Amino acid sequence: MAAVVPSLELVDRVCAGEINAIARLLTRAEAGSAECRPALDEIYRRAGRAHVVGITGVPGSGKSTLVARLAREIRASGRKVAIVAIDPSSPFTGGSILGDRIRMNDLAGDPGIFVRSMATRGALGGLARGTLEAVDILDAAGFDMVIVETVGVGQDEVDIVRASHTTVVMSAPGLGDDIQAIKAGVLEIADIHVVSKCDRPDANKTLIDLKAMLIMGLALARVPGWKVPVLATSSARGEGVAELFDAIVRHRAALEAEGGIDMRRRMIAERRLLKAAEGIIADRFEQHRGGRIADLLGNVMGRQTSPYAAAVELLNEIGMED
Amino acid sequence: MNHDKQMIRVLIAKVGLDGHDRGVKIVARCLRDAGMDVIYTGLHRSPEEVVTAAVQEDVDVLGVSLLSGAHMTIFPALLKLLRERKAEDIIVLGGGVMPDEDVVKLKEMGVKEVLLQDTPPEQIVTTVRRLVAERGPR
Repeated sequence: MAAVVPSLELVDRVCAGEINAIARLLTRAEAGSAECRPALDEIYRRAGRAHVVGITGVPGSGKSTLVARLAREIRASGRKVAIVAIDPSSPFTGGSILGDRIRMNDLAGDPGIFVRSMATRGALGGLARGTLEAVDILDAAGFDMVIVETVGVGQDEVDIVRASHTTVVMSAPGLGDDIQAIKAGVLEIADIHVVSKCDRPDANKTLIDLKAMLIMGLALARVPGWKVPVLATSSARGEGVAELFDAIVRHRAALEAEGGIDMRRRMIAERRLLKAAEGIIADRFEQHRGGRIADLLGNVMGRQTSPYAAAVELLNEIGMED
Repeated sequence: MNHDKQMIRVLIAKVGLDGHDRGVKIVARCLRDAGMDVIYTGLHRSPEEVVTAAVQEDVDVLGVSLLSGAHMTIFPALLKLLRERKAEDIIVLGGGVMPDEDVVKLKEMGVKEVLLQDTPPEQIVTTVRRLVAERGPR
């Protein structure tokens, strides 16, 4: 059938905002094919303008519904917005059912909104393999805001904070007491807290618990000049969405004003470098597990060499390769 | 997990005034269990919404289930929109209840395959795999 277009030829078309090219490069980035690496390198160099907003929270807290509402609010401000919505893959078959779009269908008529679903493919931490590259592509394609909606998370999936400039953590009413709120983990990473479903009577309790938690932690402000707000939203009634958008914009302004943005960029860069290195090691490992590192593996299995010592040898082995 | 291999991506949709989604959910589940990424868009979608989603998601296959009798209107609309968006490489697959003579006409229009109500799950999976393999890489 039709000839396969090389990924490098897609780059200019992506940067011109051509939908089909964006969609195709996203597919290749997700597959992690070696062919698209140089294209993604070029995309990375051209990206960096978008405001990346991460939205995370427990399953069923209303992330997709709120993101759809938020996207419309962002559009009303004249900005173009892209959404990366992540759902889980089956640990058994690798397949997935990606249903976030069900809540976002009424966005389809607007060319200033682009929605893409991704499956986790066994990645932990709330993001999918290829999510960060997907953000680069959408950034380079000229979307002013890129929203990353994580897979529904528990208490410890905090990768999103190392991928976004502004992190929104959603809590739903009725899921825990004040002790849940002072635990370490996801709740700590919020730049903005949202309590969803505030049309429900028990929402006030959740709001109070979160606010109490934040007062206890006041001394630990992560961004100078930024007081983490706790916002109440109701997607059913359309309440609180304008306030959330306003808070997101103000957070970015606070980052810019206090120099926090460079700190964030450094943190994201460090994290991505480390992640990329991990990826390369994992790929090389797969490539050579039956070959040159088989002896090393045998030694670990037979307890002649500890995993740590063998890992050092493994890295030498990989380092010598090319 | 096979992360270097490109997954088959399928968008499953119900279009128009048709509220029967049990079958389509079973199909989605079968394809998921065969290791595919399945995007489900829910009930009562318009052809524009479905095609926009298919293009943005860069799916290999667009599967549309219809039990309302509107297939001779909706499939031509979908195929026309796909041509307009330069996305003819998306394979259109029909499912549901429709007369045999309509199935012949739909295939002439460009619907690659129509899987009627008594199609076994394994056949749905093998059909999707075969059509994607026949189309080749893109």
